[in-house]
Amino acid sequence: MNNFNYLRASDVQDAISQSAREADVKYLAGGTNLIDLMKYNLTRADILVDINRISDHREITELPDGGLRLGAFVKNAATAWNHLVEEHYPLLSKAILAGASAQIRNMATNGGNLLQRTRCYYFYDANVPCNKREPGSGCSAITGYQRIMAILGTTEHCIAVFPSDMCVALAALDAVVQVEGPQGMRSIHFADFHRLPGDTPHIDNNLKPGEIITGIDLPAKGFSKNYSYLKLRDRNSYAFALVSVATGLELDGETITDARIALGGVAHKPWRVAAAEDFLKGKTASGENFRQAAEIIVQGAVGYEHNAFKIELAKRAIVRNCMMALHPESQLPGAQPSA
Amino acid sequence: MSTIPSIGQSVSRLEGKLKVTGTAKYAGDYQVPGLLYGYVINSIITKGKIIRFDTSKATALPGVIAVFNHTNRPSLAWFSMQYTDMDAPPGSPFRPLRDEEILYNGQPIGLVVAETFELARYAATLVEVEYETEAFETDLRNNASEARSPKMGMATMLKPLPPRPKGNFEKAFEQSFAQSSGEYYHGTEHHNPLELFATTTIYEGKGKLTIYDKTQGTINSQLYVANIFGLKYKNVRVIAPYVGGAFGSGLRPQYQLFLSVMAALELKRSVLVTLDRSQMFTFGHRPPTIQSTRFGADENGKVTALNHAAIAETSRFEDYTEVVVNWSHMLYPAENTLMQYKLVELDVFTPLDMRAPGGSTGLHAIESTMDDLSYKLKIDPLELRLINYSDTDVSLNRPYSSKELRQCYLHGAEKFGWKNRNPEPRSMRNGNKLVGYGMATGIWEANSLPARAEAIITRDGKLHVNSAVTDIGTGTLTVMSQIAADELGLRVEDVTFSYGDSQKPFAPIQGGSFTVSTVGSAIKAAGSALRKKLFKIAVSMEGALLKGLEIEDVRFENGCIVLKTDPFTFISFTDIIEANGGTPVKVIKFSVPNLLKLKKYSRATHAAAFVEVEVDEELGIINVTRALTAVAAGRIINPKTARSQILGGMVWSISKALREETINDSLLGKYMNQNLSEYHIPVHADIHDLDVIFVEEKDDIVNELGTKGVGEIGLVGMPPAIANAVYHATGKRINQFPIHFDYLL
Repeated sequence: MNNFNYLRASDVQDAISQSAREADVKYLAGGTNLIDLMKYNLTRADILVDINRISDHREITELPDGGLRLGAFVKNAATAWNHLVEEHYPLLSKAILAGASAQIRNMATNGGNLLQRTRCYYFYDANVPCNKREPGSGCSAITGYQRIMAILGTTEHCIAVFPSDMCVALAALDAVVQVEGPQGMRSIHFADFHRLPGDTPHIDNNLKPGEIITGIDLPAKGFSKNYSYLKLRDRNSYAFALVSVATGLELDGETITDARIALGGVAHKPWRVAAAEDFLKGKTASGENFRQAAEIIVQGAVGYEHNAFKIELAKRAIVRNCMMALHPESQLPGAQPSA
Repeated sequence: MSTIPSIGQSVSRLEGKLKVTGTAKYAGDYQVPGLLYGYVINSIITKGKIIRFDTSKATALPGVIAVFNHTNRPSLAWFSMQYTDMDAPPGSPFRPLRDEEILYNGQPIGLVVAETFELARYAATLVEVEYETEAFETDLRNNASEARSPKMGMATMLKPLPPRPKGNFEKAFEQSFAQSSGEYYHGTEHHNPLELFATTTIYEGKGKLTIYDKTQGTINSQLYVANIFGLKYKNVRVIAPYVGGAFGSGLRPQYQLFLSVMAALELKRSVLVTLDRSQMFTFGHRPPTIQSTRFGADENGKVTALNHAAIAETSRFEDYTEVVVNWSHMLYPAENTLMQYKLVELDVFTPLDMRAPGGSTGLHAIESTMDDLSYKLKIDPLELRLINYSDTDVSLNRPYSSKELRQCYLHGAEKFGWKNRNPEPRSMRNGNKLVGYGMATGIWEANSLPARAEAIITRDGKLHVNSAVTDIGTGTLTVMSQIAADELGLRVEDVTFSYGDSQKPFAPIQGGSFTVSTVGSAIKAAGSALRKKLFKIAVSMEGALLKGLEIEDVRFENGCIVLKTDPFTFISFTDIIEANGGTPVKVIKFSVPNLLKLKKYSRATHAAAFVEVEVDEELGIINVTRALTAVAAGRIINPKTARSQILGGMVWSISKALREETINDSLLGKYMNQNLSEYHIPVHADIHDLDVIFVEEKDDIVNELGTKGVGEIGLVGMPPAIANAVYHATGKRINQFPIHFDYLL
């Protein structure tokens, strides 16, 4: 960890004005990832602007259109256990609780969750090539151990995955990210927030310099009747997803009227395929139809020596999770598979 | 009213409260005034040379005291032997900061010493090192063709080489009625005790050092330091009262000890060197091992031919060996055997004993092969073990000092409900989960070594017992206090056991499940001698009640010597000490195992492990829903701490079979998951119903106490039992550990 200056911002505008300094400025929220990255010398900052004392954006409030606004500085745990979230967006609640540990969720903020960086082994080792850490240095993962790496949207420059569980649900729910920056406020649709690696894998998302996430808006439709989050990983808790699936279904009898399916653990961002969701609309909620949707979702997937299994696993996970969404009452804690 | 014997009682850990309240001080917890902090710089290349080592930016920082490397270290002991510790395998031990040569990735190449830990760590990032790199090899499987026989040395005494072939294996195997063969593999594993390795060297002046070290042997560390730095033994005191787990990683002095002492001597200051978690992956580990087995049996299930071959990793500078291939013939009396064990040198640090070294490796292959054979023979796996049961160790043609494995099988099967198993794979279900039952045998050696112990009765009539032995979290303090209490007829509360200090009487390193037998025997001998000494004073006391009596005529209870025939005739220990002029009565005894007697017997603990798994049929997710281990380990001193040892081994079995692996990237020549986020050990949600049974086992031969040790046996049989249960559930036999769930897709 390098030496740095530490400042406390009194409000969002104050924080943004600090970011205009001629220095490497980073915002500090929960710090559950940033501090690790600094300790490992993977991220350096000249100035850390602590935004934890800002009094705004610390609440979960109902929006006039029936949706919900999650303050960016609300902790992940407080969000998961918020009664409005639990009642109207249980998919989000479940996804948050499948991530990290209780201690980390107590510290981590909603805004910060979107900005966590990949847990690729090679990104985390400052002494090996990694295009995400050091553009142009190469990708060690492609020739290395790829068990946890991506199968969708990869390029020769990067096969890392985005590790969040919460964001998989936010993607499925069509959330909108509210940001404030030197040029004022704007909204970013969740699908446009994170980026695929392309030839610039060092850029994780479309935030502009100095911008701060202030909130996450959830549209009114919360899929609270038929939803499920399934997380498949190498141990039953405190491990990142090899494959995770967020499913929200809207049913009329046995007919699907709306469907959302997002995958985690397989790409540089939560993965959604509109064609698969469109395919399901008007179809019967059956394993066969879910299997066909799954085939559409993983189209174009490329596996490597150690992660090729993810292609078949993702398909099976999608089918299972869609079936689980038909019986949300029988779901198990920890987003484990149930019947 | 006699004292209730403490042995056999579930006494709670005497130091438990100190530990759970954070009051117990570990090696890195001694904040003496003026303490300096060291941070280690590790090589980022795997093989080659350091060609530039620029410390100027680091040393320019205020508060940075020194940066040590191979160019400015003090001159040190010259001969390789002076670096040899009690657990050193044949070869030349690694010497930190010896020269510019890089032998493995993560090798310590420098030490920054500063006023604070944070400053030292920061300064370390400012040190610029340039290397000249050379080609390296770190992958066992890619280099298996380089395998050769291990060198012999002191270590081969406790780690015998494979037994000679018997009969004609190839012919017998070919002619056998049923055959099973398989290839088995596990990769590198790291011990990862929760407590990080740390050494605090207190510079006392006048050539004296007090060293708080994380170690499994205080005297081992003491001799290592004294030999290398040319200090007098009596001037080096190593203390380690609490050890936050070690699992073998503390059997050899690790480099933080060397660096802390070197800096303290050079700077004439006290220095603490703590490793961080990623540095915990830069020394010993369980070696990756490739195994192959071929077992043949006749139509009745009698095993006629056994072949077990292993190829394991070692470093370029030492030949670390394990007992991997000797076990099958200790269990199963085949007429034709062929056992082979070879090493491959790679550019890695020397492997190091890790809980149940060799045994947990070998039994994985042996007991999986036996399981496979049972299906080929259409004989129940448990029945197959009973058909091949032997009361003697056929591999060495001698009897066991005791062997109640049969009772482990029978009691374990009964309590687990083995009879409810449908023999057909994929036949048992719970909803959409496939259910599997698997079992396997565990075996571990029951050794003991020489040790010394001191026992003292003080003026208050209390007993003080002293030994240099550590307590690596296993309950040593508690069980030694129990053994001592019973010997003198006192309550455990009246015993003070002082340990974890090289100034106390000699004890060997704490490992191999031999501590209770080794140090316990020394304490028993010292207690017995102390009884005689007390009695001798008592009979000579003025107006003595015991005049003319023999020691057989009395009992020791409640802090008194009591006449057996008349409980109202007694002399208290306090009176005896008064009669001794107030001087405590003290004895030191050296206990040496009776090798002449012992060598006529094989000595081993045994276990039978039974496991139930549930496997999600479509997704492959595996859960060990139920497991039971039945253990025969001689006399159990403390059922509570012994049970904890077995439970720990069972949790580790789940880890070994399903979770943990060090990811070795052979292109980069380094480990890629050097943290506890990505080095997966089980979480609570992975652990379900675990049960332990100790079967009765009387052993008058193994040692005076009849104990065999329980530290390792819990991790030998259960990993293959899990693999066997996965096979029974799914019909898929996965011979590689850990079994990733996606292998079942």
